[in-house]
Amino acid sequence: MSIEPTNPEQSTGGVPVNAEPVGADIDAPAQVPPNPRKGMFGITGSGDVSGFGGLVRRAPEVVSTPKPYGGYFDEVTDALEEAYPGFADAIEKVVVDRGQLTLHIKAERIAEVAQIMRDDESLRFELCSSLSAVDYLNSDPRRFHVVYELTSMTYRRRVRLEVAVADGVTVPSVTSVYPTADWHERETYDMYGVIFTGHPNLTRILMPDDWEGHPQRKDYPLGGVPVEYKGAEIPPPDQRRVYQ
Amino acid sequence: MTSPGYATERETTEGRVFTVTGGDWDTITNNIDPLSNEKIVVNLGPQHPSTHGVLRLVLELEGEKVTEVRPVIGYLHTGIEKNLEYRNWTQGTTFVTRADYLAPLFNEAGYVLAVEKLLGIEDEITERAKTIRVLFMELNRISSHLVWLGTTGLELGAISMMLYGFREREYILDVFEETSGLRMNHAYFRPGGVAQDIPDSAIKKIRDFLVYMPKKLKEYEAMLNGQVIWHQRTQGVGVLDVTGCLALGVTGPVLRAAGLAWDLRKTMPYSGYENYEFDVPTATTSDVWGRYLVRIAEIRESLKIVEQALDKLRPGPIFVSDKKIAWPAQLAVGLDGMGNSLEHVAKIMGQSMESLIHHFKLVTEGFRVPPGQVYVGIEHPRGELGVHAVSDGGTHPYRVHMRDPSFVNLQAIPAMAEGALLADVIAGGASLDPVMGGCDR
Repeated sequence: MSIEPTNPEQSTGGVPVNAEPVGADIDAPAQVPPNPRKGMFGITGSGDVSGFGGLVRRAPEVVSTPKPYGGYFDEVTDALEEAYPGFADAIEKVVVDRGQLTLHIKAERIAEVAQIMRDDESLRFELCSSLSAVDYLNSDPRRFHVVYELTSMTYRRRVRLEVAVADGVTVPSVTSVYPTADWHERETYDMYGVIFTGHPNLTRILMPDDWEGHPQRKDYPLGGVPVEYKGAEIPPPDQRRVYQ
Repeated sequence: MTSPGYATERETTEGRVFTVTGGDWDTITNNIDPLSNEKIVVNLGPQHPSTHGVLRLVLELEGEKVTEVRPVIGYLHTGIEKNLEYRNWTQGTTFVTRADYLAPLFNEAGYVLAVEKLLGIEDEITERAKTIRVLFMELNRISSHLVWLGTTGLELGAISMMLYGFREREYILDVFEETSGLRMNHAYFRPGGVAQDIPDSAIKKIRDFLVYMPKKLKEYEAMLNGQVIWHQRTQGVGVLDVTGCLALGVTGPVLRAAGLAWDLRKTMPYSGYENYEFDVPTATTSDVWGRYLVRIAEIRESLKIVEQALDKLRPGPIFVSDKKIAWPAQLAVGLDGMGNSLEHVAKIMGQSMESLIHHFKLVTEGFRVPPGQVYVGIEHPRGELGVHAVSDGGTHPYRVHMRDPSFVNLQAIPAMAEGALLADVIAGGASLDPVMGGCDR
């Protein structure tokens, strides 16, 4: 009695044992079917980067901190509330974390708030230290969070303003309040594709002018080429087997 | 064409030749070629020795007067911030140190302070680790200022200053090499402490340097302070006052040379800077000359801090005690020339399976950082270096942004140079001390 070779397409048991390698001709390079595994033990979709699949990493939920905030944070928020009539409408959340104050602000109000933060006598945030963005892909529908780090040299204080926008939604530019934001906003546009309305010259700054895509987005691949070392081939960092 | 009495012309085999005898040059040139009287656009860089690396300036000139400057950057963009997201938190130091290559320890310091703040372990950093960090940052500040002095001297015609500056910097790089194994790009500061302890031979070298350097500073001043050409190339050149600095976000020696004593080591201390005695030098001239004076004075202040740090240095651990974060930090040079802790290797390879597992997990996977975001600003030789680090709770940074002072300060070139002479663009740009590795990241 001869044993008929099973047809892989008809079997229901997944990958057949002893499946014939494809392209196993003499002198031809071995062709191994692509390995769909992602994590170390084939765990995908759990959000766990360890590859061990034990833990599910959930998107951290940012919640408002209850008053009093402590330190100078109460003074800053009270002063802003007093100076800015639209406070209740514009400020979405006030978060104090690790000794730092973050004001989450509606995107369309950011330029107004920045103006008051700079000019009000009891606020006086003269310097916009930094401006950049974070891409919260898959964890926030308004995926791009533009972050403004303001410094008050008068009172020696720092405050972070944060604005969340979905892809394609514009943010008013703060260059008229803080001219230093010019290059920062260009960089944020270059890296994330966030459009700042009212910016005098919103062009790419770090990438070439004809570059396609925005490299710091989370769905933009890191890229890279496999590197051969002593006969072994090391794949680029974002395609390695572990710890993705 | 030409009106009689101004220029006569004749045809030659090479073309038409005009003989100009007096008269208004504009009238003559307008008659020949109306375009020649207009502005010209000059492209300076990105491969030009006087633009400090790959900075490109597009200049619009009227004669020698600059009417518009447009800085173009990005030629050294290496994607450090993107790459960090694919490595664990400890490996991040290896990347950030390569941003501003003249001040690598500051990049590392900004980054590790941010990671430590995210971890909530700022208070657990040992005294010795903090002191070593301050010591090395100040040595690095001196070496960075020396390169500034050298390259600026070179660009303004004092070529011997370049040789002196690099000569003295070599002493500091020797100390770094003795301690971390590398002259530049050390990856020496790690989240939780420093990579290895400072050897006695390096401390001796620093002591020698503290004696050597003040003499050399006097030599620099003897050479430059009374030098007429140096005065003329720097005084009243590249002026930017406090209002201009703040509007454009310019910090560091440029802001202090405009008269505002804003130094984060004093105003928002970190790493124990509040325990050191030093002054914040300022000038009031707001020009390149003032920036020169401030930087020379800052080298002296840094020497003071280095001396105090050496006196404070007490034996003790250089890493946090938490073994979930601490890498083996008592390293010795192994047979292969790499740093190894023989005791640690003996333990994980011969005695304890659990230690081996722990070591493997810590080194390959790394530690987890609780979710959240922080911003840490430190006083870099060029101004405020800010690191905005975001964690989503994983073993890799979710996002790290470096607010590099070179990037922000370069925006001030048009404000300083427009309306001045072409030669002053070089002086003004050099006085900002831009390092393109940090600017473009």
